Amino acid sequence: MFFILKERWIQGYNTSAFPKVAPILSPRFVGTPQIKGACATNCTACKDICPSDAIKLETKPMIDLGRCIFCKDCEDVCEEGVISFSNEYRLAQTSREALHVSGEIEHIGMLVKREIRALFGRSLQLRQISAGGCNACEADLNVLGTPTYDLARFGISFAASPRHSDGIIVTGPINEHMREPLLRTYEAISEPKIVIASGACAISGGIFHANDVCSQGLDTLLHVDLYIPGCPPHPYTTLHALLNYLGKL
Amino acid sequence: MEDFKPFFTNPFASPIDAIPLLSEDLFWDKVILAVNEEQFRVLSLFSASLKQTWQIWIVLGNDATGLIKVGRFRVVDNAYTSRTELLSCIHLFEREIYEQSGILPRNHPWLKPVRSPHQSACSQMDFYSIEGEDIHEVAVGPVHAGIIEPGHFRFQCYGEKVGHLEISLGYQHRGVEKALLGMPKANHLKQVEALCGDSTTAHSTCYAQNMEALTGIKISEKEALIRAILLELERIANHVGDIGALSGDVAFLTTASYCGKLRGNILNLTAQITGNRFGRGGICIGGTRYDIDYALAQTLKTQLKALQPKIMGAIELFFRSPSVLDRLEKTGIIPQEWVMAYGFTGLVAKASNCLRDVRTSYPYGSYIDRDLKTSLEKSGDVFARAKVRKEEILICFELVQTLLKELEMIAHVQIQKQQNTALPAEYFSFSMSEGWRGGVAHTIITDDKGDIQRYKVVDPSFFNWTALSLAMRDGQISDFPLCNKSFNLSYCGFDL
Repeated sequence: MFFILKERWIQGYNTSAFPKVAPILSPRFVGTPQIKGACATNCTACKDICPSDAIKLETKPMIDLGRCIFCKDCEDVCEEGVISFSNEYRLAQTSREALHVSGEIEHIGMLVKREIRALFGRSLQLRQISAGGCNACEADLNVLGTPTYDLARFGISFAASPRHSDGIIVTGPINEHMREPLLRTYEAISEPKIVIASGACAISGGIFHANDVCSQGLDTLLHVDLYIPGCPPHPYTTLHALLNYLGKL
Repeated sequence: MEDFKPFFTNPFASPIDAIPLLSEDLFWDKVILAVNEEQFRVLSLFSASLKQTWQIWIVLGNDATGLIKVGRFRVVDNAYTSRTELLSCIHLFEREIYEQSGILPRNHPWLKPVRSPHQSACSQMDFYSIEGEDIHEVAVGPVHAGIIEPGHFRFQCYGEKVGHLEISLGYQHRGVEKALLGMPKANHLKQVEALCGDSTTAHSTCYAQNMEALTGIKISEKEALIRAILLELERIANHVGDIGALSGDVAFLTTASYCGKLRGNILNLTAQITGNRFGRGGICIGGTRYDIDYALAQTLKTQLKALQPKIMGAIELFFRSPSVLDRLEKTGIIPQEWVMAYGFTGLVAKASNCLRDVRTSYPYGSYIDRDLKTSLEKSGDVFARAKVRKEEILICFELVQTLLKELEMIAHVQIQKQQNTALPAEYFSFSMSEGWRGGVAHTIITDDKGDIQRYKVVDPSFFNWTALSLAMRDGQISDFPLCNKSFNLSYCGFDL
């Protein structure tokens, strides 16, 4: 007992002051991109290098954050400096179209809906399903339970059974072998329920979208309420997304 | 007499023609001799279709001498005689060959699917069952209760006692090996990084080393150092997380909370280098993507120094608690003979007093000529696997400090840009790196146009899932979470 108390004193208080205080991320953290200025004529360098086909080119590039893995390869090859990634970690959106970026950084507004807040604002239990996830998304969801983020202080937690859940949070490119288990878990949850796609793979298939046993994203199967981009999403991106969606910011 | 071709480096590349094509019987005689008499172990065994004919390739390694031998034979009539009964360590490889290419290993004792969780075109998925009035069966998964990847476990129990645990995987299969074929693309490295998300650096190092061996690119000393730093940080982070999770599984929540948080601190150090907590984008063909300059090296050193006592303190609490030790000791024992027979690798082997570490046996990059400390335990139980982790964390802290010190000396050197990667035609290359679970091995075979014809990945989990299944025999079903966590194997690394 003495050693436990001593260790508690050494380790100190570890929970972050988020959302009151903004988190300090690595200066190299890659967040929302911005697209500014004019492209060189007939240049397709960014589209060609993109490993997940996240860039569409019309007059200027449009980056689909639902597919982007934030590798910054496009920024590196862009000689005109049209694409530049910022340190902005607040990325989540409630519609797929809102993830398409083709201009300057817009700060994400409130995502909360009245009925969601009324239903789940005080308590949200989520069932996590990994459908082909590589364990990076899963690990960074797990981390939300550690003292640093302490998800439970916001009334949100991960439930062991779909019967105890209000919704699912899905990671991975929904490969063939996991499609049925995913749908059956979803069906086991009683209405009303929400669906969250976490990470590029779950939103759009990400880097695996072209593999024949992977899907083009969760919304090809179910209506998705919240999209959290990233590869994997930073824990603060996820935390901000959940709090914003529930109107707890 | 025709023999396997020896190689002395890791990674290496060689023209396919230089590797002799043996007859089936001679091939297997050589393999059995090498494994049973000459202390070699199977690093990779796979089928490849070259010029419209199927061949079976093997890569053997001798951990004591660092010698690697490669051999192959041509498959006649789409079948060969199974050797699983003579060599237990190839049981999964032979099933995998059958599932991937339809080549039948005749008389294989149990040809069940490897990655098709249901009945597949090539074989039946019959679960093993023990008959008897008091026997009951417990089925778990594919969707588990925690935030974890999917897999199916089936226990045959007599009361609380487990007679047999059958592990049925494949739910995570994303077709990665197939997606890596053809012309090398930017997407390939990214898929390799996500092959097994918690071992990003281990897998991407293997991929990059293979590409470099094939194209003759040499990376600089500084880039090799950065790679090693990323890999060791990955090891510390996962080991700390695992001890925390073990602690959670025995309901010792103090260490579980601290380690969960401290693991995040190590991930944040990786993020200071690559911007990503898992080291995504850190390694590229021909070097590393992100530089560590003098100031960053200093910051990392200071932060590591500050974290070390906190991490070791949290872990010490776990190891000095008698109620914890009581649960760890003599639970899930893997004797050394099983490690030898089934080819278990990495951490599992080290916990059973069997040193299998790519960094010491087949040194590469910054590990060449480095006097690396290793950690070995004798008891082979959950305690030993936890203890090996603890020792490795300590060793890694020291190692990363040394690596950073060496890096400071050459901090002014600029890292190079990515180079062209046109591959030579009809070449074979093999590369290994030591992830935190154990040795990762990647093989590439190119065709006559220099496109990738075969990409083979062997994750340590491929060997070690069998260990979990064996460790549960005669144990209690309530010990399963603890046992499982002491291995903490990758589902997607196995399912590919």
